[in-house]
Amino acid sequence: MKIKLKDIAHARSGDKGDAGNVGVIAFDDEGYEIIKKHLTAERVKEHFKGICFGEVERYELPNLRAINFLLHNTLGGGGTVSLKYDAQGKILASAMLRMEIEV
Amino acid sequence: MRDKIRIASGQGFWGDLIDAPYNQVTKGEIDYLVMDYLAEVTMSILQKQKNKNPKFGYARDIPALMKRILPVCKEKNIKVITNGGGVNPIACAEAIIDSAKEIGIDNLKIGVVVGDDIKDRIDEIIETGCELNNMETGESIKIVKDELLSANVYFGAFPIVEALKQGADIVITGRTTDTGLTLAPMIYEFGWEADNYDLLSAGTIAGHILECGAQSTGGNFLGDWQSIENMAEIGFPIAEAYPNGEVVITKHENTGGKVSFETVAEQLVYEIGDPKSYITPDCIANFSTIKLEDLGNNRVKVFDIKGEKDTPTYKVSCSYSSGYSAVGTLAYSWPQALTKAKAADKILRKRLENLNLKFDEINTDFVGYNATQGPLSAEIDEDKINEIMLRIAVRSSDYASVERFGKELAPLILTGPPSVTGFAGGRPKPSEVVAYWPALIPKNLVKPEIKIYEL
Repeated sequence: MKIKLKDIAHARSGDKGDAGNVGVIAFDDEGYEIIKKHLTAERVKEHFKGICFGEVERYELPNLRAINFLLHNTLGGGGTVSLKYDAQGKILASAMLRMEIEV
Repeated sequence: MRDKIRIASGQGFWGDLIDAPYNQVTKGEIDYLVMDYLAEVTMSILQKQKNKNPKFGYARDIPALMKRILPVCKEKNIKVITNGGGVNPIACAEAIIDSAKEIGIDNLKIGVVVGDDIKDRIDEIIETGCELNNMETGESIKIVKDELLSANVYFGAFPIVEALKQGADIVITGRTTDTGLTLAPMIYEFGWEADNYDLLSAGTIAGHILECGAQSTGGNFLGDWQSIENMAEIGFPIAEAYPNGEVVITKHENTGGKVSFETVAEQLVYEIGDPKSYITPDCIANFSTIKLEDLGNNRVKVFDIKGEKDTPTYKVSCSYSSGYSAVGTLAYSWPQALTKAKAADKILRKRLENLNLKFDEINTDFVGYNATQGPLSAEIDEDKINEIMLRIAVRSSDYASVERFGKELAPLILTGPPSVTGFAGGRPKPSEVVAYWPALIPKNLVKPEIKIYEL
C-alpha cells in the first residue's frame, strides 16, 4: 500500500546558510518506525532532485519521533543572496511531505 | 532562591506582532520578558542605518514599546531582556531613558552589553593569526575586508547575567544569541554554575523553543493546522523554569493558539543541524536527549536534557556588500496562463542577452505553478489555471545591468504575450546584496562589557 508522508508525519523547515533543514516528526510510534526505515538520506536526496544539489545529512531524534535532515547547497546561495522565491527554505517541509512510501 | 520563574517571549523577529510584548506583560503573570530582534542580515541593515545617523542602529520600535510596557513592568517587577540593541545598544539605552522620562518614570536601571562589535578591530584580529575564515568555504576574511558592512561576535547568557547582578531592570544587548536571552534569567535566579552544562543546555533549549515567538504555540504549524484555535489572538510562548532544569512551555490563558507535544516538537527541529551538537557560547546542548511530556491544558514539560562543555571559540557573524539584485513580477491570465508566462520569460531573457548585460544569475519562478516546490510541483491542467505570476529575479556585480533589467520588464506588456497585468509598482529597483560571512574567533580575543545607565 502506498501512503503519503503527510498522512503519518508533520514537519518544519528553515535555513542554515545555503543549507535547508527539514525536521520530520511522526504522529505516533508506528509512524516513527516507518519514517526511520524509509527516510534514508539517499531517498531524501532523490526526492529533492533538482532542488538539493549537495549532500544530505540525516539525524534521528527518537524522543521526539523525529528525523532531522540537512540539505546542503539548496537555497541558491542562502539568505539575501538567493534569488529564489523561497530563499529561506520555509516550504521544504511541505515539499518533503509529498513523498510517497510503500508500506 | 525562587522555586520557579516565568519567562515570556515577546518577539520572534524584528517585525513580529507589535502587541505581543504588551499582551505578555498584561494578560497574566510573568517575571521576565525576552525579545529576539536579530537575524543574520538584520545587523547589516542596522549598520547601514547607523552609518547614516550615529544615533540609529538599533530596533527603533523599542522606545515606543517601552513607553507602553514600562509602567506595567515597574508595577509587576518584570525585567526585560532584548538583543534589539543591534549595532548601537548604547543609543538604544539612551532612547529608552528618554522614553521613561517622558512618561514620568524616575527610577530605572538599564544594563547594556557591549564588546560584540569587532568591525573596527578586524586588522588587529588578523594580526593575531585569526583570519576569521569563512565557516562554509574556509576562505580568509581578507578577500571581503573592504566590502565589510558589519562584524559581530555572538555572546551568550553570561554578560546578561552580570547585568542582572548589577541590578538592571532592562538588559539591552547587541549580537547575543537568541537562546542566551532566555537562559540568562535562569542562571541568575537559580544560581546555576557556569560548568553545569546539563542545566545550561536545559535553559538553552527553552530559549530555542521561545526564540521564534508563536512558532511554538501553533503558528506556522504543519500538523493539524486547522485544529489551532483563535490564531487571531495567538498567545506567545512562556517558559516556566524550575531550578532543576525542568521547563514547562505554556502560554497565557484566554489567548489563542495551542501548546502541545506536536507544536513544541516542530519548533525544536527548526533550523537545527546535528541535534547532538547544538553549539552556543554557553554550552553544547544535546537535542537528542530532550524529553517532552504533554501535560494537557496547553502545558508541555521539557526535561532530562544533557549537554557538554562550551567550545573555545565564539561564532562571528559578518556581512559584506556583494553586488546588486532586482525582482520583478507580471501576472498572466487564462487561457494558457502558464504558456504565456513562459513565453514572456523567454522573450525577456533573449532581450537581456542581446543587450550584453552581465548577470551572475537569473532566476524565474512561475507563482501558481512551481515557485515554492520546484520540480516537486504536480503537473497542472492549464485550462484549470486562472492565472500565473511570472517572477524574475537577477543578480549582478554590475549595477547598470541590474538597473537595465528593471527597465526591460514593463515593455513586455505591450511587446509580449497577451492577458498580462499587475505592473503597478513601477520599475524594479536595484538593491544592494548583503552576503553573510560566518566565522569563529578565540574567546580570549573578545571581552563582553557591561555599562549601566540609570534614571
